[in-house]
This record gives sequence, C-alpha cells and structure tokens, in this order.
Amino acid sequence: MQILNFLKPNRDNIKNYSIIGSFLVLVSLIDVISNAFLKINLTFFLPGSLTTLFPLIIGLIGLNMMRIDYSGNKKLDLLNKNINTNNFNALLTLVILFSIIKALPQSLSWMIFDATISGDSKDACTGTGACWTYIKVWFRRFMYGMYPNEFHWRINTAFILVIALGFVGYFMKENLKKYLALYYVIIYPVIAYLVIYYLISGGSFGLQWVETGAWGGLSLTFIVSFFCLIFCFPLGMIFALGRRSNLPAIKYISICYIEFWRGVPLITVLFMSSVMFPMFLPEDFFMDKLVRVIIAITLFEAAYCAEVIRGGLQSLPRGQYDAAKSLGMGYWKMHIFVILPQALKLVIPGIANTFLALVKDTPLIFVVGLAELAGMLALAKTNPKWLGFAMEGYIFASIIFWIICYAMSKYSYNLEAKYKTER
Amino acid sequence: MNNIVKRYIPQILVILFVVLIFGFLTLNAQTNMDNRGIDFGFGFLSQESSFDVQFSLIEYSGSDSYARAFLVGLLNTLLVSFISIIICTILGVVIGVARLSSNYLIKNSAAWYVEFFRNIPLLLQIFFWYYAALRALPMPEKANAWFGVTYMTVKGYYIPSMVWQNLNIFLYSGLAAIIAIIVLRYYANNLRDTKGKQIPVLLYSAALLIVLPLLSFLFGGVSLEFEIPELKKLSKISYIYEGGISLPPELIALVLALSLYTSTFVAECVRAGIEGVSKGQKEAAASVGLTPNQVLKLVIMPQALRIIIPPTTNQYLNLTKNSSLAAAIAYPDLVLVFAGTALMQTGKAIEIVSITMLTYLTISLTIAAIMNWYNKKIEIKEK
Repeated sequence: MQILNFLKPNRDNIKNYSIIGSFLVLVSLIDVISNAFLKINLTFFLPGSLTTLFPLIIGLIGLNMMRIDYSGNKKLDLLNKNINTNNFNALLTLVILFSIIKALPQSLSWMIFDATISGDSKDACTGTGACWTYIKVWFRRFMYGMYPNEFHWRINTAFILVIALGFVGYFMKENLKKYLALYYVIIYPVIAYLVIYYLISGGSFGLQWVETGAWGGLSLTFIVSFFCLIFCFPLGMIFALGRRSNLPAIKYISICYIEFWRGVPLITVLFMSSVMFPMFLPEDFFMDKLVRVIIAITLFEAAYCAEVIRGGLQSLPRGQYDAAKSLGMGYWKMHIFVILPQALKLVIPGIANTFLALVKDTPLIFVVGLAELAGMLALAKTNPKWLGFAMEGYIFASIIFWIICYAMSKYSYNLEAKYKTER
Repeated sequence: MNNIVKRYIPQILVILFVVLIFGFLTLNAQTNMDNRGIDFGFGFLSQESSFDVQFSLIEYSGSDSYARAFLVGLLNTLLVSFISIIICTILGVVIGVARLSSNYLIKNSAAWYVEFFRNIPLLLQIFFWYYAALRALPMPEKANAWFGVTYMTVKGYYIPSMVWQNLNIFLYSGLAAIIAIIVLRYYANNLRDTKGKQIPVLLYSAALLIVLPLLSFLFGGVSLEFEIPELKKLSKISYIYEGGISLPPELIALVLALSLYTSTFVAECVRAGIEGVSKGQKEAAASVGLTPNQVLKLVIMPQALRIIIPPTTNQYLNLTKNSSLAAAIAYPDLVLVFAGTALMQTGKAIEIVSITMLTYLTISLTIAAIMNWYNKKIEIKEK
C-alpha cells in the first residue's frame, strides 16, 4: 500500500482531497446503481473483468484520499472513524455497499413490484414476481389450520381471554401481591386450560366439538408453546432444587433426569411420545396426541429450565443461605422467601432464552403429524391447485416467526438490562 | 431421631414414587405387548433389513442387517454434523470478529446476520433451502460449471473425486511432517528458554507441511488423478452426471441450514470470549514489549479460548442433535433410517426408540465428559 502514499492528504490540502475523494466514491456508486437498477453499463469501453472491478478500484482510491487522522470537519471524521479506518476496512465497506445495491432491485421487484396479490386463484399469478395471492387465499389455513372457518372467533376469544388473564398480576392490589406466585404457578394454568378446553375444543355450552386433529396453523404453535411454557417452569424449578439438594437419592435422580433429556434430540422425544408412549399406558386409556406432545415437550424443556435456574441458585452468595438459616428458617421457608425470589430474578434472561428456544422448537411437532404453521405449509405446497409456491410460503412463515422471536429476544435483553442495574 | 426422619423419609418417598411410576409403565407395556403378540428383544438387529437407503457412506443393500442400517444412519448423521461443524466454526469466527469491528457497516451487517438466522426456526430454514432455494437450481443438462469442474444442479452437487496411487506413502509423508513440526516446536521452545533466541516456527512448519508431501509426489510414486463428473444422457429428456462424487440436495440443504443457524450462536460465543478478556491484559502485554502478534497469540487468545471453547462445544452438541431434523426432508440419518423406516418395518417401537435415544445420549455424555475434563485442565488456578 506504499504506492498509494502520494494520495495521502494532510491537514492543509484535506479540503481538496476530500472533494476529489468523495467525487470518486460518488462515481463508483453511480456506476453500480446504474448497473443494478437501470441495466446501463457506464464503463462499457473497458475490458470485461475490469468493468466489474472499476467501481471498486475508483471507490478505494476515493476513500484512500479522504482518509486522515483528524481533519476538524466533524462529518468527515465520523465517516473516517466508522467506515474508513484503513484500506482493508474501506474495501469491506465498499463490498458490502455494492452487494446491497446489487441485491436490492432483484429482491424488490420479486417481492413488491412484479408480485401479485389480487385475485383468488393461481391464474392471477402470471407475473415473474412473488405470488402473494397464495398467502392471501391460504391465510386462514395458515393461522387456524383445519379448524372450521365459522368457529375461528372461538380461538380468537380464547387467546384474548388467556392474555387478559395473564395481565391480572399488573393490576392486582398491593395486599394481594403476595399471592402472585401462587396465581401464576397454579391458578392461571388451570384457568387457561379450562378456557382453551371449553372454547376451542367445545363440546358443551352449545359449542360444537372440534377434535384436536383439526387444530393447526400458527394458533396451534401458540397453544403448544403456551402450555409447555407454563408447565415447564415449575417442573424445572423442582429439578433445579433437587439437583442442589444434599439428599443423595433426590440429587442423583434429578441429575439423571436433567442429563437424560438434555442429551437427546427433541425429534426423538416426539417420536417416543407418538409411537412408544402409547405402549406404556393402560390398555383402554386413550390420550390425545396433542396432549402427549405437550407432555413430551414440557418434560424436555423442563430439563433446560432446571439448568438455567440452577445457575441462578449457584450464583447467590452463601451468606444468603446462612442468614436465612440463622433466622431459624427451614428448607422450604428459606427457599420460598429468601433464595428463590432472588435467584429467579437473576435467571430471567436465561429463562426467556429457554422460552425462545421452545417457541422455535414447536414447528417440530410437524413430524408427528400435527399441522402447525410449518405443517400447513407442507400441506398447502402439495395441493394440486397451488403447486410451485413453496418460496412464498416459507418466506411468509419465516417473517412471522422472525418477528415473534426477535420481539422475544429484544424483550429478554431489556429484562437483562433492567435487572442488571438493580443489583 | 428427628434428623434421621427428615433425612430419610423424603428420599424413601421419592425413590418409591420413581419405582412406582416405572413399575406402572413396565406393567402396562408388558400387558400391551402380550395382548398384541409382540415380544421384546433385540434379535431383529441381525435380521435382513430389506429396504434401501438413498445415500450411504459404506456398502449397503437391502440384504444387509438392521444393525448395518443403524450404522449407515449413524455415519450419515456424523457426516452431516462434521461438515456443518467445520463450516459453522469458520463462519461463526468470521462473524463474531466482524461484530467487534470498528467499521460501522461490517459491525451492523454481522449483527443483522446473527439476528436474522438466529430467530427463524431451524426446521423452517431447512425447508426453505430444500423445497424453495435448491429447487430453483438448473437441471443437470443446463447447469454451468462452478470452478470449471463442479456442477450444482437440482439433483445435487457433483464434484470430482480423487483417485490415489500409493495413498499410504502420501499419508506417511504427512505424518512425518507433523512429527517434524512437533520436534521443531520443542526445539524452538528450548532455544527460546535457554538462549532467548526466536525462530519463525510458523513459517518453517508451513514449509514442512508443503515440502514433505510434495517430495512424496516426486519420489514416492504417489499420483493423484481427478475423476471429473460428465454429463450422460439416460433417456430423451433425462440427464445425469457420472463419475466423481454426488452430494444429494438433502445433504446440501441440511448442511446449509445447520451451519448458518449454528454459526450465529458460535459467533456470539466468539464475541463474548474476546470481549471477556480485559483491556488491561492487552495493555500489560504491550507494555512488557510484546509485538501485537505476540499479544494476540500469547495473551489474548489463550484467555479468550478459555471462555469460547465450553459454550462452543455445547453448540456443536446442539448441532449434532439438531441434525436429526434431517428426517423432515428425508435425508437418511439415524432418525430417518432407524427410528423411521426400520421401526415401520419391524414395529419394535420400544427397542428402536431406546436405541436411537441412547445413541444420541452416548454422544452427548461422552463429549460432555471430555469437556468437563478439559475445563478442569484449563481452569485458571488461583492461589
């Protein structure tokens, strides 16, 4: 890079150099943009390979001319500090910029400008772009599965009720707050179960019975992750305490449990729940497939939950235990009033991550024949009237899952930041 | 007395509870199997499997036993995990370092890469690559050559295979190079400790690694030929490539999805590791007169690796377990071949699911045990 040294500016001539430099960068950008958007090759007079490298070389020279340790010009300094610290950095900057520009027109025209959304059959999609009509027509199926169209309000009502009940804690009166844990661990799951059972399954109160085989789509994803979430937390807590116990039998049983579930893939657990588990039940005892899957995922995630909670328990200083004991508290009193409140606060981000993993794992129930979002996509993809739109379907599902998971992970970051400052 | 009650009663109750549950389940299984006329046993493993597997690393046909089918599945699982681990490590290190870059664009592109691939369920990613992206590839007869000799088609990726003469001599020369490097390192360390002289070990090692195998080509009678895949017409419209190695699209989709997904986690581990080394360490090392390269090699890396390796191994384990999602796109891995096809044919649900789970459990526990031992070894021993 010694050769380029004569292009180096100093404090006196930086003004001219930065003008020439930014002009060169501008030229390179215009060249790439016109190439990508307008399909015009401005450098047609150059030989083949040089044409593609031309904007890169020009841009590099331009950035090199603008680079200076300190110029006094705030904008220029900011630019140099952030994207132009040395030649390698400048090269990477240009490569990233150019690839974004090159990819934009293609993806934009496929996703938006050439795409179709009108009409309600495959014939509407004649363009070269994406066929969002497919998503529009199948939208209800993707959301509610095979659940009868006229009953979709039941799913919606149930979800709204369950969410509303979940927020009860925020509005509870001060003197009732001590029962909050009891509410969330025992009362809430029971009420939620009853709401979902009576509203979505139906069968009484004049609501028609809808079997679980018809449930599906994104709503099933929510149902499965919701139940696994509320059940795996208390279970995980029990095993975390068990693993920390000084009673050997309890300790080793907990260790075996945790290590077993953490060592096997979820898909084999689901296989077990669907083909092996029925063999272990009494002969004329029938358990719904969905219930079996929820139990399997709960047992599986509880092991991960337990490890996260154990981390929190371990990070508490010994003094907390000693202080509680010296006040004459027994094992349960000590844990309920002193240890667990502090430990659980510490592990909130870890728990949020476990729940995130749980939500991302729910599409796996597809392998045992429950058609949640991924399963519905697979069904729709093979429908003879709608062949050839796999891409649109998977992009749609990815966007939905991405939004859910991204929101959850951002929320867990926030919680982490919040509880970090409190300590 | 009170103490003994407090200590033993809960344990006895828990043990009783566990025993009762297991007893209840076993009893049910016994009656169920008696009623359906199924007997429990692993004898089926030596029976003829009579199903075919699409892709196998070892010789396999329908006349082989179920045990061999199990081995085929296990090897396929290990293959896909191995390739993905290598790719995800490279990608993860690059992205993790990029996230710490001072360049605004690089930092943010890397951050978005992580956020993007981490937050989409793996199964969806596998489906996307397999059903959407790879289906858009050209048919074999229309495929353009990549790097001149490899062909990416909708039916798979065709790469040249290597035909070796006297492969063992080549391997011996490689082994000799490695031994020479170890001796050289020992000698260099010795020289540094006793006389304070430095020799460029890395340069010499690279030279040894290149020169010795090269000599084996010149004098050892080793020769290497490439068998390049060639287009062959099967029928009027059906073409296929012959010769070379063909990687099925299932394998490619799986490797792509697994390595992109896991690389985001590896990247986070790498970032945390490098950030975890305190700035004072770097400054202290620089102030004793080490060069920037030495600072990185002797001070930063050993400490960063101590933080990076344990969670990264965990990610490798997760990757291996996640590779079981192969069953969803019909890549013949352990779950599909054994817990899928073999279970269908024999109906031995309990035996087959337990064998499959135990296999994964063994892999996990072995690696976990090795990691624990390693962690103990590299732990900073504070006085």
